[in-house]
Amino acid sequence: MSDAPDYGPWEPVIGLEVHAQMLTESKLFCGCSAKFGAEPNAHTCPVCMGMPGVLPVLNRRAVEFATRTALATGCEIPRIARWARKNYFYPDLPKGYQISMYDEPLAVAGGVEVETPEGTRRVRLTRIHMEEDAGKNVHDAHDDHSLVDLNRAGVPLMEIVSEPDIRSAAEAADYLRSLRAILQYLAVCDGNMEEGSMRCDANVSIRRRGTTELGTRTEIKNMNSFRSVERAIDVEIRRQIEVVEGGGRIVQETRLWDADRGQTFPMRSKEAAHDYRYFPDPDLLPLVSDPAWVEEVRRGLPELPAARRDRFVRDHGIPPYDAAVLTARRDVADYFEAALAAHPNPKSISNWIMGDILRLVRERKLDDALVITEWPVAPAALAKLVALIDDGTISGKIAKTVFEEMVAGGGDPASIVEKKGLRQVTDTGAIEAAVDAVIAASPDKVAEYRSGKDKLFGFFVGQVMKATGGKANPQAVNDLLRSKLAG
Amino acid sequence: MSTKNPTDWTIAEARKSLEAGETSALDLARAFLDRAASVEPAVHALLERTTDRALSDARAADARRAKGERGPLLGIPVVLKDIFATRGIPTTCGSRILEGFVPPYDADAVERLSRAGAVLVGKSNLDEFAMGSSTENSAFGPTANPWDTGRVAGGSSGGSAAAVAAGECLASLGTDTGGSIRLPASYCGVCGMKPTYGRVSRYGVIAYASSLDQVGPFARTVADLADVLGVIAGHDPRDSTSVPAPVPDYAAALDGRVAGLRIGVPREYFVPGMAPEVEAAVREAIERLRSLGATIVEVGLPHTKYAVATYYLVAPAEASSNLARYDGVRFGLRKAAADANLLDMYRETRDAGFGAEVKRRILLGTYALSAGYYDAFYLKAQKARTLIRDDFAKAFAECDVLATPVAPTVAFGLGEKTEDPLAMYLSDVLTISVNLAGLPALALPCGFDGAGLPIGLQLIAPAFREEAALRVGDAFQRATDWHERRPPAPGAAKGGAR
Repeated sequence: MSDAPDYGPWEPVIGLEVHAQMLTESKLFCGCSAKFGAEPNAHTCPVCMGMPGVLPVLNRRAVEFATRTALATGCEIPRIARWARKNYFYPDLPKGYQISMYDEPLAVAGGVEVETPEGTRRVRLTRIHMEEDAGKNVHDAHDDHSLVDLNRAGVPLMEIVSEPDIRSAAEAADYLRSLRAILQYLAVCDGNMEEGSMRCDANVSIRRRGTTELGTRTEIKNMNSFRSVERAIDVEIRRQIEVVEGGGRIVQETRLWDADRGQTFPMRSKEAAHDYRYFPDPDLLPLVSDPAWVEEVRRGLPELPAARRDRFVRDHGIPPYDAAVLTARRDVADYFEAALAAHPNPKSISNWIMGDILRLVRERKLDDALVITEWPVAPAALAKLVALIDDGTISGKIAKTVFEEMVAGGGDPASIVEKKGLRQVTDTGAIEAAVDAVIAASPDKVAEYRSGKDKLFGFFVGQVMKATGGKANPQAVNDLLRSKLAG
Repeated sequence: MSTKNPTDWTIAEARKSLEAGETSALDLARAFLDRAASVEPAVHALLERTTDRALSDARAADARRAKGERGPLLGIPVVLKDIFATRGIPTTCGSRILEGFVPPYDADAVERLSRAGAVLVGKSNLDEFAMGSSTENSAFGPTANPWDTGRVAGGSSGGSAAAVAAGECLASLGTDTGGSIRLPASYCGVCGMKPTYGRVSRYGVIAYASSLDQVGPFARTVADLADVLGVIAGHDPRDSTSVPAPVPDYAAALDGRVAGLRIGVPREYFVPGMAPEVEAAVREAIERLRSLGATIVEVGLPHTKYAVATYYLVAPAEASSNLARYDGVRFGLRKAAADANLLDMYRETRDAGFGAEVKRRILLGTYALSAGYYDAFYLKAQKARTLIRDDFAKAFAECDVLATPVAPTVAFGLGEKTEDPLAMYLSDVLTISVNLAGLPALALPCGFDGAGLPIGLQLIAPAFREEAALRVGDAFQRATDWHERRPPAPGAAKGGAR
């Protein structure tokens, strides 16, 4: 979607680690709500607060969500996945360890199809594993102490790790968009980077074009939007090129993106140098995959964005760009198909959705991150409106008025047309009468027109439309005016 | 009925009296509270006497009985090791770091006891976080052995064992990670059982080593143990390692028959350095079982010699992680100077809150899990654990129950081993393998040495066959009277522990 920047003889090698918060009702190991935005520590219990003696109990739904993601990205599901403890001290980590997966993850060896300006590329996935989120430390409320909010502690996450298959900052952003569309189609994650429900770290290195060896990599953290990811990676690639071309060497380290300064900075080594002492969590049994259950999950997968886009182009004959816009979100694509089922005019319905409908959704913020919660008009009503245009009942221009009525007061487009008397006038007699009246009322303008001032034609059209309340069939008005003015 | 003092009764005797209407749960509660008040200065089995709770539990039990309810533990005074979370009652785990912690929840075993109508008399002393073999690692002072208050009660559930021995309750709960029920049962001359891993829920039990910890009962007789185990055993969805297997009627399994049973005697369990009187008493007990009709077979458990080393990698590794939550942030002790930063708070809190043995095991475990050492230590220990487990599987192909000593010696003197952690660790040499293999094992008195100190017999059964060990132990007690002996009134004899 963006132009590949020129890095001269250097080829960037990028892999992404994406943390996706799963949209389960409850947390990964307790019954507390996993919803965002409650009062601090409202969604906590002894288990997610790490009190003594309490034990984790796995949320089956989270396993289903992660399995769906794994299958939708073509991963293999090993027979056994094992929970492991990742040990480190931090106030937002109540147990002093995070329950995660280590050397036996939930899924391995998948891939995501990414649309790039050069065509579709497959970015391979190394693995997908599940883990619990940490809470949040709040530092700005008081000068002398920090507060801890554990609402997020224990919210289920998937970590989706790509192979170092990405070759530019733009491609990294494209990969993220494709991945987010898949997660949203599966309804497993709302993909909101700003709110942190989807987070991304990047491993970046460079090498000379044509070589295959991997360079020393840095890990970039703290990128909170698609734009940040793209900028941070581009800046880091350029920094590495500068270092290497200046005779220096890249140090393997973690760097933080500073969006305000547009630079990456090394994290203090004390924060980065962890020995997490992973070991299998003795409180949880290994996950043993049941092939029949995995098949059941596979059968329940929806059509994914890439397949749906291709099908829209193929079956509905709409341009690839339109198909891409309509299928970027599952609910939009569903809306399109629902309208289409009521009135088969794909191009016109697509135009209405991409124009007026999505504009209103944006302006009125009718969506949360995952779904459009309130549509301006129902798909069947939009279909009826388009049908009224197609059968000549109203003009396209009048249709905009009818649409606004539908949005404002609801109701059936046909009744709005009747009630407001918006039916298109195609009766030549009535139009002719209006034309005659306009010509009769403006003898000066008629004379000017006839003396060669062609531009005045629009004035006459406007007058006739005004006289007919905009309802006259534009073509009939044009034809009649032309012949009468010529007379 | 009995002319004995109620505090010398068994659960079965108390139940008979309650059912006959000769006594009430309230009478019993008062008798045991009085007894506790008189012996505690010398024994220090309890960290907290829950007097008000005991009286209200007892009244509730009497009311339930008046409505016609019956049950094996209805109105029976019990004590809980202070490792069980008890809603509204301070729970210390023997540690300063849990200072002021009052759990908002009950452990599963506590809920089950409450539902059964048991009466909570107190919470008992233990080695801090269950790490120890003598209860001397308690932050609140050691528990003395009721048979000789100059000696240890064993550990880590020393308070629970001593409380039963000293007549402060009729039953108690402990936890056993490497012998922490069986060793103090043996030292205090009472019965104790570590059930199969997964048999009793660990929910609400403060974790030491999660893959080894198991809840179990103490009582004066094997028949009493069967009653308590029947109440606390069973699947709990809050503990993913608790096993959804049906719980047999343990009391009904005690038919007194051992004829035809094959009892295995592992040759590796009569170790060099074992006290001759201990070996003699255990061998005599085995002979008694033979005379009752059992077949005695010698078996081998060849990897026993790796058990202690294996345990001291696996248990501290898990502990180092389990104890990370005591960081001063959410509950318990917090030490932080006014200008302290986060790291200072962690350091000061954990330094002041944990005792020496806990720190030693956290260090050991942290080291064993560290990058570069994991394979050589933790992973290797897990492999040894598999071998030890396999040993038992092979042995149980040749026998139904294993009979061994619980410990190489009788209770040692207070302070005798506190300066020598390795010597202390070796107290558990005969009990640790059972935890590594996840098996059920019973400890019961089988004799006394010349100084009048109890000696324990260990009966180990295959996984989820608790009733096999209980049946043998009960048959032994029908034929012997070691379990009927009571220690001299502590406090009347030798002086206090401190």
